Amino acid sequence: MGRFAKKLGFWASVFVLVSPAVLVFLWMISLSLKNELDNTAFPPVFIPDPPTLKNYVDVFAQNNFGLYLWNSILVTGGAVLLGLIVGVPAGYGIARGKAHKFAILILIARMTPALSYLIPLFLLFQITGLVGTITALVITHLVITIPIIVWIMIGYFENIPMELEDASRIDGATSWQAFRHVALPLAKPGIVVGGILAFIFSWNNFIFSVVLGGKASRTLPSAVYNSLTFEQISWGPLAAAALLVTLPVLLVTVIAQRQIVAGLSAGGLKDG
Amino acid sequence: MTSTSLPANLASAAPATSTTSQDFTPRYWLFSLPAVLVIAAVIVFPWLFTLFMSTQDWKIGGGAEFVGLGNFVELARDQRFLESMGHTAYFTILAVVLPIVFGTAAALVFHREFPFRGLLRTIFVMPMMATPVAVALVWTMMFHPQLGVLNYLLSLLGIGPSAWVYDPATVIPTLVMVEVWHWTPLVMLIVLGGLAGLPREPYESALIDGANDWHMFRHITLPLVWPFIMVAIVIRTIDALKAFDTIFVITQGGPGTASETLNIFLYLQAFQFYKIGYASSVVVIFFVIIIMLSLLLLYARQKSKWNA
Repeated sequence: MGRFAKKLGFWASVFVLVSPAVLVFLWMISLSLKNELDNTAFPPVFIPDPPTLKNYVDVFAQNNFGLYLWNSILVTGGAVLLGLIVGVPAGYGIARGKAHKFAILILIARMTPALSYLIPLFLLFQITGLVGTITALVITHLVITIPIIVWIMIGYFENIPMELEDASRIDGATSWQAFRHVALPLAKPGIVVGGILAFIFSWNNFIFSVVLGGKASRTLPSAVYNSLTFEQISWGPLAAAALLVTLPVLLVTVIAQRQIVAGLSAGGLKDG
Repeated sequence: MTSTSLPANLASAAPATSTTSQDFTPRYWLFSLPAVLVIAAVIVFPWLFTLFMSTQDWKIGGGAEFVGLGNFVELARDQRFLESMGHTAYFTILAVVLPIVFGTAAALVFHREFPFRGLLRTIFVMPMMATPVAVALVWTMMFHPQLGVLNYLLSLLGIGPSAWVYDPATVIPTLVMVEVWHWTPLVMLIVLGGLAGLPREPYESALIDGANDWHMFRHITLPLVWPFIMVAIVIRTIDALKAFDTIFVITQGGPGTASETLNIFLYLQAFQFYKIGYASSVVVIFFVIIIMLSLLLLYARQKSKWNA
């Protein structure tokens, strides 16, 4: 009996832990599948009956959602790609060159609030006429992607034994060749982890697009936020839009959860 | 991985390799050069420019005038700024303590083997990845005083309706609730990583000595994972100080200025009132706080070898 009670208590705690996440996401789905009447009913209607896809159709039909989706893909795609091109070799250089001070600079860059970059960059883009362009947003999102990628890559390259590169150098390889053909292939898992985290943080970013995005260049998070303030609030389409905005990130989380956990959790990469 | 954990790695490497690598050190800088240039342009330049602007009385559209530390003197007398510091402290303390407690408890649960653990852990981690703005919109609907689902759920429990974010008295705890929902998973992951590295022996001998679960947690587990919890505390503190998206979307600092934190104050000064110099001096204060916490983090990492 004592054992049974213990088991029951354990599952009760699992239930308590998981239910807030489940409830919020289920409510989001529920709101997005109900008509406006059911969404504003009290007591609330929990299960859509009948479920309708009208909200999703409305999102695409009325709100330029396609354009903002494309903007998000351009900005996040561009910033992650550039971040990898610049950040992966940098992680290698810092790890092998033991550039500790540079590593600390990267750490501080990851810790400072986004707003602290935004005022000077805003002024700079105003002077250069780039406010409201996709280019300005891609450049600003580098502030997110580069530090996280460099940070993850330092950890991975430090774990790759130096001997292999030294051996290739003795065979006449240049530093670049040792990096390109020896270290880089071994660091592939790190590139995946860094790329995924950079994608998530960049996709979710809100503030840069609020300040720097124009009517035609804003990314999804700020576009959805704007639909809240400027149009009559209707919960169904809003919930549908919110779900669509966060869906790519949630899918990546499910598919790559092992990599994400490795990237974020303690000792997952190092000290095994 | 940081400077602090490097010596351990070096010690394990063969002496021959460490001399070779030292010979190549300058060459490795070339690999970092593109990143150095980009970081100089989009990160270091903004920092320095902010420092310069913090000494200027500068509104967008007007001229700049050197005022030295004048902005900081003005801040010290600005009631709204001081109140925002208070809100930030209130929010941060709650938004650190609660996720630490819940996240540690969750880590203890997910450390055990049980059916569907992988699936349930994925679900548990999802809030951390979800787009804050999207989730904040859903919370806003749930907080609706008349039609919101939360007040309905409260009524099922026989509790009267709450004004949630519409009452200055409850707005910050309510926003903390959203923050806890978002970030407890991160604490869980960090502590889980710590639990994964625990040795078995102390538990076995404690069992033989007849210790119960609580004793084992209190006297073995907690001291061993404490460095990881420290890391989580520092990370949480920095993130809570920086919290912006959910507060901005749900309340914009309201009602009135009841939930106006330092970050929201900063945003409004810069992009609503266009007081660039004044806002920059807020950034400088923010920066000092963050750097001190980052140093604390480096110290905590050194103790736990945490890596991310």
